[in-house]
Amino acid sequence: MPIIETKNLSYTYPSASRPSIQDISIKVEKGEFVLITGPSGCGKTTLCRTFNGLIPHFYQGELKGEITVAGKNAAKQPTMEMAKHVGMVFQNPENQLFALSVEKDVAFGLENLGFDRKEMRERVNWALKLTGIYDLRERSPHEMSGGQQQRVAIAAVLAMQPEIIVLDEPTSFLDPLSAEKIFEVIYDLNQKLGLTVVLVEHRLDLTAKYANHIIIMDEGKICFDGKPREVLSKQETRLIGVGIPKATLLYEMLKKEGAKLGNTTPLCSKELADMVQEALK
Amino acid sequence: MIVVEDVRFSYPGGVEALKGVSLTVKNGEFVAIMGQNGAGKTTLVKHFNGLLKPTSGVVRVNGVETSRSSVAALARNVGFVFQNPDHQLFCETVDDEIAFALKNFGYEQTVIEKRITWAVNLLGLSQYRKTSPFMLSGGERKRVALASVLAWDPQILVLDEPTIGQDHRQKENLRQFIMQLQTQGKTIVMVTHDVEFVAECNPRVVLMREGKIMADGQGKQILTNSELLEQASIVLPQVAQIFKHLITQGFPLNIIDIYEAKNLLMEKLEKNKT
Repeated sequence: MPIIETKNLSYTYPSASRPSIQDISIKVEKGEFVLITGPSGCGKTTLCRTFNGLIPHFYQGELKGEITVAGKNAAKQPTMEMAKHVGMVFQNPENQLFALSVEKDVAFGLENLGFDRKEMRERVNWALKLTGIYDLRERSPHEMSGGQQQRVAIAAVLAMQPEIIVLDEPTSFLDPLSAEKIFEVIYDLNQKLGLTVVLVEHRLDLTAKYANHIIIMDEGKICFDGKPREVLSKQETRLIGVGIPKATLLYEMLKKEGAKLGNTTPLCSKELADMVQEALK
Repeated sequence: MIVVEDVRFSYPGGVEALKGVSLTVKNGEFVAIMGQNGAGKTTLVKHFNGLLKPTSGVVRVNGVETSRSSVAALARNVGFVFQNPDHQLFCETVDDEIAFALKNFGYEQTVIEKRITWAVNLLGLSQYRKTSPFMLSGGERKRVALASVLAWDPQILVLDEPTIGQDHRQKENLRQFIMQLQTQGKTIVMVTHDVEFVAECNPRVVLMREGKIMADGQGKQILTNSELLEQASIVLPQVAQIFKHLITQGFPLNIIDIYEAKNLLMEKLEKNKT
């Protein structure tokens, strides 16, 4: 059974004149690393908000169709119940942080679920170390830089050890090396713990290599849904505002000019470099 | 022209964010300031419109010392687009948002109307003119913030992370737009982590680390120096990464442009065939 499944899901924000997502039917299997991408305003964030019931509980408006997450009807369950299954990291960390210290912010969700002190301490420390902010645990999140705040938000979600983690452009405020580290951490959790990851990103240069499922949206609808190598080698994706990885583009340019390279579309620089090495042997 | 002379800055509470920074940005230059989170990039550019005044040292914008001038007076010449659009937006509609500064600068209604139309068309916001900025997506709000600053046509434009939340096409629009501003002689200072975007623009790059400037040069040089970038917590752009992996093949090491990369690789592959 898919861990996330939607059938003909449509949603219109209150007072909006047209739906933000329309007729969305997708399946995400447990343990997948799903990349959702598409032009700004295409409905990516809106779709993610249905996964933990923020839509329709918090945003109201009109939701049609079916949504099942971790075996539960996400539109009917209270958000609190869904929060045990789905952790969300938003674009803007400031909207998510509120406690006076990093440690308290990360512990907040666990306190609410009534964890005992020892386990809480262990989980908080685990999450702080994973995200590289253990040394900042006594600082106030509000005097930290945007990138550091984003790590606090991610740590707070990881501490809950949810089955699904949904990240909406989680590293847009981070410097590239920190962003790469965060993606590595998430990828590692995906591989080792079987955590299902849903990542919303524009920057496929950084992220395509981690995904085994990609969904491309445009104007509230699904345009492509499949394996990254297959989807990103389709020429039709070029017509939508999707940033195809440079390595993939460069590979296509070389093939077009008749270069003898392998037939597996590369998704990152290492893969393309290996193909060139192979051809130069 | 922006002249920064040995500027130190400490936030109340004692954190010293700038530890002796000197930098000159000439009129018409396009500069990208890059570096680790917390390196002092945003702190530095906030000195350019007087939002922050140096604890010691001097900042001069077009010859005027910022500590002797008000933000309001400096804003006319220096347009500042913040990293987080929610720090900047507060009006009920996109139109009002863009009109706000123009009204404050005392433009006539007909001029204001023209400027709004120009700005919303430029940034693809014309369908949202009567919409509340808070109904828009993160990427769209970012463009509203940019439109509201561009509308008053400042000589110097400071963009703090302009590509966050922008899709590929909008980034391409932004790049072309920056190029267009440059041909008009505007000065553009951009704080960014987006190495791919910088690689496509190839501006002058200033690298910061722990409150100091650690390197300053053309994008092509800086963005292909992996040791330097690692210290600044930046990764090589994709194209440069490919050539780093192919280091034993004797390619030149300063390639960041995808077309240049294609030509070099093609040449090598062809030669290998014969």
